[in-house]
Amino acid sequence: MSNVVNAIEIRAIKKKFGSNTVLHDVSFNIDGGKILALLGANGAGKSTLVKILSGVYHADEGTVIINGETVDISNPQSARDAGIITVHQIINDGVVQDLSIAENLLLDKLCDGRFSTFISKKELHKQAKPLAEKIGLDVALDTQVSELSQADRQLVAIARAISDKPKLLILDEPTSSLSETEAVKLFEAVKTMREQGVAIVYISHRMSDIRLLADQIAALREGKIVGWFEPPLDYDGAVDSMLGHAVGEVRHSYVAGDKAMLDLEGVQLDAKSLPFNLHFKTGEIVVLTGLLSSGCASVVEGVFGMNSFVSGQLKLEEKPWSPVGPHHAIDNGVYMVQEDRGNNALVPDFSIEQNVSLPFLKSFSRFGFVSRKAEKQQVSKAIETTKVKYTDQEELILTLSGGNQQKAMVARWMLNDCKVLLLNEPFQGVDISSRRQIGQLLRSTAKDRTTIAVCTDVEEALEIADRIIVFNHNNMVGEHLIHEIHMPSLINQIAAAPEPYDESPHSTEDITNERYA
Amino acid sequence: MKDMREFAIKYGLLILLALMLVIFTLAEPAFLSTINMMIILQSVSIVAILALGVTATLAVDGFDLSIGSTAAFSMMTASYVMVVFDGGTTMAILAAIGVGVVVGLINGFMTVQMKVPDLLTTLGMMFLLLGLQLIPTQGRSISAGMSLGDGETATGSFSESFLFLGRARIFDIIPVPVIIMLILAVITYLFLERTRHGRVMYAIGSNEQAAKLAGARVKLYRYVAYVISGVFASIGGILLAARIGRGDVSSGNSLLMDGVAGALIGFAVLGAARPNAQGSAIGALFVGVLLNGLTMMNTPYYTQDFIKGLVLVAALMFTFGLSNKRA
Repeated sequence: MSNVVNAIEIRAIKKKFGSNTVLHDVSFNIDGGKILALLGANGAGKSTLVKILSGVYHADEGTVIINGETVDISNPQSARDAGIITVHQIINDGVVQDLSIAENLLLDKLCDGRFSTFISKKELHKQAKPLAEKIGLDVALDTQVSELSQADRQLVAIARAISDKPKLLILDEPTSSLSETEAVKLFEAVKTMREQGVAIVYISHRMSDIRLLADQIAALREGKIVGWFEPPLDYDGAVDSMLGHAVGEVRHSYVAGDKAMLDLEGVQLDAKSLPFNLHFKTGEIVVLTGLLSSGCASVVEGVFGMNSFVSGQLKLEEKPWSPVGPHHAIDNGVYMVQEDRGNNALVPDFSIEQNVSLPFLKSFSRFGFVSRKAEKQQVSKAIETTKVKYTDQEELILTLSGGNQQKAMVARWMLNDCKVLLLNEPFQGVDISSRRQIGQLLRSTAKDRTTIAVCTDVEEALEIADRIIVFNHNNMVGEHLIHEIHMPSLINQIAAAPEPYDESPHSTEDITNERYA
Repeated sequence: MKDMREFAIKYGLLILLALMLVIFTLAEPAFLSTINMMIILQSVSIVAILALGVTATLAVDGFDLSIGSTAAFSMMTASYVMVVFDGGTTMAILAAIGVGVVVGLINGFMTVQMKVPDLLTTLGMMFLLLGLQLIPTQGRSISAGMSLGDGETATGSFSESFLFLGRARIFDIIPVPVIIMLILAVITYLFLERTRHGRVMYAIGSNEQAAKLAGARVKLYRYVAYVISGVFASIGGILLAARIGRGDVSSGNSLLMDGVAGALIGFAVLGAARPNAQGSAIGALFVGVLLNGLTMMNTPYYTQDFIKGLVLVAALMFTFGLSNKRA
């Protein structure tokens, strides 16, 4: 297979949006059989570069040359025809929810007529099977994609992309919604592609991925390639070069909780799991961690009134309390920064300002009328403290880069003081420096409230937590204080297989019901 | 080029409206007379009120196809209360508005609680009301002195104060329905643009899940939206009954199409690209000016629906095509 050597040259790509130059003269070469890790902070221009290479945006200048020939990337179809395949960060763009896995894997063939008019399911499965196997997807092929976990959807999107035998494969944050064990499957698939002579551009914020996969590293900052690293790879140097300065180790001292704020008693996450008690106090930051669908998210969703626990009681400030819905939780001073901001938090038609103020309009209003002046002042204060980079707070929220959107979503819940601040994956798709800013902000404001965050990434958990609580298959399996943490046992608790107390084999339904139903 | 496009999105429709006024005036100088302007406004007012109502449901990303038949049913209800029960102005108005509230609540219940898609809910409601309005009078129109089913003659009649609503002119020039329409337009504008309730409704329309997780009472606001559109349609129906002085079984027919067209054309006003009160009012005016002008220029009546449709389609291309804000 490796007789094909794909040589890809990216030459002098430039892109301006209005007066704002996003990419200045980006050039690099990548050969088949190599993995280039592309590092860049939020807003460095990574997404723009990816969109240009995949034909979504037009570059103002510059060309892409594959094996000596300039290729046409003026639209997504021609980029695909040229052999440039992109798996985008937002998984749902790569899959059709209402079709089965097999249909998704063969979607391009189905759409462009490489199939006969009448499709036999047998033939479909026969062709889809090797594709699914290649990437280690072991779910029945006629399962609907909408029933899959986020991780399996990601695998489907990637399997579909690589079914086309790409010359250049671009993976944009492929592991951002995968847990570490789930990512291993993906890494295997990426390595297989490398062996087959595909040139791979791998974009990620996770240094562990990059350490494992990268053959070369390019650092992108402010629309320019500012660092190029060949083996032996200097990972710290690459991060420094991407950020433009060295990132110090974060160290924080353990803060013990003060007054009792929130208590969970005898809570059971599903009918088969064991009940547990959890006590949260003011001033501490508690991180719940575990694999995807381990139950951490169900805990915070239950506290916010998004779903109810199978059994158990809640106490808020030592008084029994049961939230009937998000509005009720918010009225009682329990706030939540949601995961997957595009679906759960952002109002796309609203400005930055209107997005931030949404839950607290009442406090800016007299007789129902919103005082725009008060709103503007309060919001600008909040987005100032969360260090959102913006030009005008009346611009649409979607004009911000991903990391800044996330900071704005944190700012939203900083408008008012709260009793309990819940955060579900607050660092999703956020670069290191923004992540640290958010982390510091959470720590510096934590004093009078209880902060509970869900982070599947252990590194993120270590950065902000006073206490880490581990969940595994809807059971609470461990608790660690940050100053006396024992990493091997923590990792072990996260990854351990569930106790085989249920006779039936673990079906995928259990996992999907809990979070995606 | 880009500036041109932005300019076109923002002012295209208003320029088109101005252009129409100029062309019609050149062709027929009487077009611009105060009397004709008032005729246009009068004819537009009821449609504009319906358009304002449907704007509320569009804001929460819903739709209300039952506004035309709600207006017609309210008209029949008001007429029935007056003519058959001799119930007086206040009772007639209250009964008609009650119809709007009940229809709104049922539409809300169907979409929110029963989870029937709004297009289907309100389509069903439309047929239901169109049929229901015929039953009490056995399919006949309602007018003073009509004979009832049992051989008797109806004793009631349309009161002066009721007819005042549809026929009187303030200062001998501005028709009452126009005043009512303007008041409702201002109220709708203030409600949608300036209150937190309006803001939350737009948030629900843009991303329901996000609005819910930010604490919005999504179900409640959906009910509110349907009740607003029901009540506005009823007010339209009352004004219609007051203008024609009878309960006419067929006069509500074109209201749905014209009202919805007004609200949708309103998306294109000042580049809002979303349902908005001022846009809906201007959209209705746009349709009214067009039809009045065409009539004055002796365009055959049978081409008017076609032209109306053409304008609607063009306006929608303006909004959605040029702005590419909503995919």
